[in-house]
Amino acid sequence: MPDVDATLANTADKLFVATIVFYAVAMLGYALEYAFGRKAAAVAGARSKVLAGAGGPDHAETSDVDDGEDGHVDERAERLGITMNQANRAGVVALWLTWIGAALHLSCLVLRAWSVGRVPWGNMYEFIIAVCLVGVGTWLVVVATGLAARRLGLFTTLVAILLLGTATRLYTEAAPLVPALNSYWIAIHVTAAVLASGIFMVGFVPAALQIIRRRYDQVEGSGRKPRFPITLGERLPAVENLERLVFKLHVFAFPLWTFGVIAGAVWAERAWGRYWGWDPKEIWSFIAWVVYAAYLHARATGPGGRKLAPWIVVLGWVTMIINLFGVNLVVSGLHSYAGV
Amino acid sequence: MSVDVQERPGAASPKRKRPVWKRPLAVARKWWGQLTSMRTALILLFALAVGAIPGSILPQRTVNVENVNKYFAENPGLAKFLDHLWMFDVYAAPWFAAVYGLLFISLIGCLVPRLREHFDALRRRPPDAPARLDLMPENASWADDAAEGADVVDRLRTLLRSRRYRTVVREHADGTVTLSAEKGYLRETGNLVFHFALVGLLIGVAFGALFGWHGNRVLGEGPDNAFCNNLQQYDDYGLGPNVSPAELPKFCIELASFKADYLDNGQPIQYSAELLYGEGGGMPDETFHLEVNEPLRLDGNNVYLLGHGYVPIIEFTDQYGNVQTSNTPFLAMNPSMLSEGVAIFPDANITPDGVRDKTKQVAFEGMFMPTAPEEPPYTSSLFPEPNNPAVMLFPYVGDTGLDRGKPGSVYALDRQQVASGALQAEGEGFLLRMGESKAVAGGTVTFKELQQYAVLQTRSDPGEGIVLWSSVALLAGLLPSLLVKRRRVWFRVKGNDVTAGGLPRTENQTFAAEFGELVAKAKES
Ligand code: HEM
Repeated sequence: MPDVDATLANTADKLFVATIVFYAVAMLGYALEYAFGRKAAAVAGARSKVLAGAGGPDHAETSDVDDGEDGHVDERAERLGITMNQANRAGVVALWLTWIGAALHLSCLVLRAWSVGRVPWGNMYEFIIAVCLVGVGTWLVVVATGLAARRLGLFTTLVAILLLGTATRLYTEAAPLVPALNSYWIAIHVTAAVLASGIFMVGFVPAALQIIRRRYDQVEGSGRKPRFPITLGERLPAVENLERLVFKLHVFAFPLWTFGVIAGAVWAERAWGRYWGWDPKEIWSFIAWVVYAAYLHARATGPGGRKLAPWIVVLGWVTMIINLFGVNLVVSGLHSYAGV
Repeated sequence: MSVDVQERPGAASPKRKRPVWKRPLAVARKWWGQLTSMRTALILLFALAVGAIPGSILPQRTVNVENVNKYFAENPGLAKFLDHLWMFDVYAAPWFAAVYGLLFISLIGCLVPRLREHFDALRRRPPDAPARLDLMPENASWADDAAEGADVVDRLRTLLRSRRYRTVVREHADGTVTLSAEKGYLRETGNLVFHFALVGLLIGVAFGALFGWHGNRVLGEGPDNAFCNNLQQYDDYGLGPNVSPAELPKFCIELASFKADYLDNGQPIQYSAELLYGEGGGMPDETFHLEVNEPLRLDGNNVYLLGHGYVPIIEFTDQYGNVQTSNTPFLAMNPSMLSEGVAIFPDANITPDGVRDKTKQVAFEGMFMPTAPEEPPYTSSLFPEPNNPAVMLFPYVGDTGLDRGKPGSVYALDRQQVASGALQAEGEGFLLRMGESKAVAGGTVTFKELQQYAVLQTRSDPGEGIVLWSSVALLAGLLPSLLVKRRRVWFRVKGNDVTAGGLPRTENQTFAAEFGELVAKAKES
C-alpha cells in the first residue's frame, strides 16, 4: 500500500500559499503598470519594433500590441506621485514575481506528486492547481514571445488567483488514488484536460478584454463617456490584436481538449464498461467542446460571426467552470470521487 | 472562407419569374441552401449544446432509473409534465435527435460539394499569375542581372519545391515566363477528414446501439452463485433492437473471491476479483484477475468490475426445525459500506406433512455494517472492512408475496404486501454480530457468516471500433485543418526583371514574413 510522505505534503501546502502571495503581489505591480505606465509601455513596444526587424515573424506583431499612443500626460499619476517610469518598473518586477510564483507553483505540484507517488491531479484541489499552473505558464510564454503586453498580466493573474482561491476551499489531504482512477490513463486523459483547461483559461482573458475594448471603441466613437469596466478599454490593445491572440490560444487548446475527451472515452470503456454514458461530466465536456467548435465556426461566418466570437469564448469558459465546479460539487455522477 | 449560400450564384431569386412547375424546386433549393450554410450549422451547434444541458440536471433513465423514480415520487405533477418532453430520456428524445439529425444533414450537404471542389483543386494546376502582381497583398520586384530568364525561373522553382510548394511554369508568347506556386492543400483535406469523421462517429454510435447489449449482475462468491450469460440471470439488462436473446454468446462466470484494500481513513485504493470463466458453454475453469481498470475481454464481449459489497449469510430455523439459508447481497449505500438488504424465507413454517401456510412466512429487512459501532445507535459503519460485522434485522411475518410469481426486486421487501397488511412487522429490530443467534417469530435467526459480492457488467458494443477509428481520424484531420495555411505565390520573369506576388488564402499572420524571406532568398540565389 503506497504511503504518504507527510513532510513533503506539508511543504507542498506551504508552497501553495507562497504561490498565491507571489501572484497577488505581482498583480499589484501589473495594476500599477496598467494604470500609470502607458507611456513607458509604449517605449517598450517601440523597442520590440526595432527587434522585429531582426527577429522572427512573431515579433512583427509586437509593435501592434501597444498601439494607440497619444502621448498625453496622465494627471492622476502625477497626483499620486507615481511616474510612468516607476509604474513601468513595477511591471518588470511583477513579471519577475510571476516567474518566481510559477516556479513555486510547479514545485508545489512536484512535491505533492512525490509525497503520494502518483500524478498530482487525482482530485479537484490538485486539478485546479495544475490548471492554474498551465494557465500562468502559458501566459508567461505569451508575454515572452511578445504576443501580448506585459501589463495585461493584471487580468491573467486575477483569474489565476480567483481560481486558486477557490481551490483553498476544496483542500484535500494528499492521498493515493481511488481504484477507478488507478490507471495509466489518468496520466493521458487528465493531463490533456489540464493542459486544455489551462490554455482555455488564458484564452478567456483576451476574449473578455476584446469585448471590453470593442465596447470602449463604440462608446468613445459615439462621443459618450464610458463607465467601469468599459473604461478599462482605454489601455487595452486594439481589438484585432486581442482577437488574434484569442484565436492562437484556442487553436492550441481545442485539439488538446478534443484529445482529452477522446482519451476519456477510451478510459471510460476500460473502467466503466462503456465509452460514453452521458454522465454529467461527459455531458458538460461535450457541451464545452461544441461551444468551442462553434467559436471556430463563428470566425468563418463573416463580420457578424467575428463579433460574436469572443462572446462564444466567454461562454465556453463558463461551460468549463460549470464542468469543474457544478458537476463535481452539485450534481453527483461517476466523476464525483471520494474527497471531491 | 464563408460558405453562406445567399451569396451563391445558383441560389434562387424570388423576383425572377419562373415556370410554375419550377417554383417548388426553387423553394426547395433555397431551403437546402439555408440548411447547409455555416450559419445554420452554428445555430444547430448551439441548439445541441443547450439541448444537452437538461440531461445533466435531471436524472436520466439510461443512467439511473431509481433516481428517476424518486423524482417522480417527490414531484409527481412536474415529473409527468417533464416526461412528456422526454426530459428523463434526453439523449433518446425525438427533439434531440432532430437537432443532431439536422446538424448532420447540414454537415453532409455542405461536405459533399466541398469534397468535390477539393478533389478538383487537388488535380488542377495552380492558376497563372494575375496581370498585376503589384496588387497582391504581398509583392516585390527587382532586377536580377545574374542570369537569363529561364535560369531564374528554374532556380525559383527549385527554391519553392524545396519548400514543398506545388509549382507550374508557363511560358508566354511575349517571352515572359510565369511561375505559379501553391501550398497548404492539407488544410482543406484535414478539414474534410475531420468533418467526415464526425459522420463516422455517429454511424459507429448508431451501430453499437442497434447491435450491442449489456447486462448487470450482482454476483456473490462461490460456485453456488455462478451464472451464465442469459437474460434471466441479470439484475438488469439492455438489448439493442437487432439482438435477440438467443444469439447471446455462451459463457459462464463464477466469482472465486473478492478483495478490497483501504487506507486507514477508509478510502479504497484497490478492488480485485478472482474470476473463473468458461466459454462456449463450458465449465468455468479458466481464471482471471479482474480489476476496475482491467476488464476481462471475451471475444468482443467484455466483463467489467463496477462495484462490490457484502453478503451476510443469514440462517432461519423455523418452529419445525427446518433450516433455511439466505444469501442475498446487501447493497452498499455509502463509502463506509453501510448496506441495505433483506433475508426472505418463503419456505418457513411449512408443516412436516408439507402444508404451506402463506401467512407464516418469515422475512427480515436489514442493515449491514462491516464495522459496527460498539454502542447503539447502530446506524452507521465505522470502516468499510469487516472488522466487526453485524446486521440490524427487522422481522416480518406473513405473506412475503414471493410465490405470487410477480417479478420484483430481490433486494427489498414487497412494499405492497407490507402496505396491505399481508406482511406484518413482528416486534422490534435487533442487532446480531457475526455468529450470534436470536429467537424470533417462533424460530431462531442466526448471522452465520459473511461473503462478498462483486457487481459485474457484461457488455458488447460492436460499434466501438468504428467510433474509435473515427475519433482518431477526427483528431488527425483537426490538426492540419487548424494549423496548415493555404497560400499562393507567383513570380513573373521578363528578361532580367522579376516581379513577385503572394496571396494568403486563409488567415495567416506570418505570411508577410514568409514572403519577405522567400523574396530575399530568390534575390540572393
Ligand atoms: C458537430 C459539428 C461540427 C463541428 C464540431 C465542426 C468543427 C469544425 C472545425 C474545428 C473547423 C475548423 C475551423 C477553422 O478552420 O477555422 C471547421 C471548419 C469548417 N466547418 Fe465545421 N464543424 C461542424 C459542423 C459543420 C457543419 C454542419 C458545416 C456545414 C454546414 C460545417 C462547415 C465547416 C466549414 C465550411 C469549415 C471551414 C471553415 C474555414 O476553414 O474557414 N461544419 N469545422
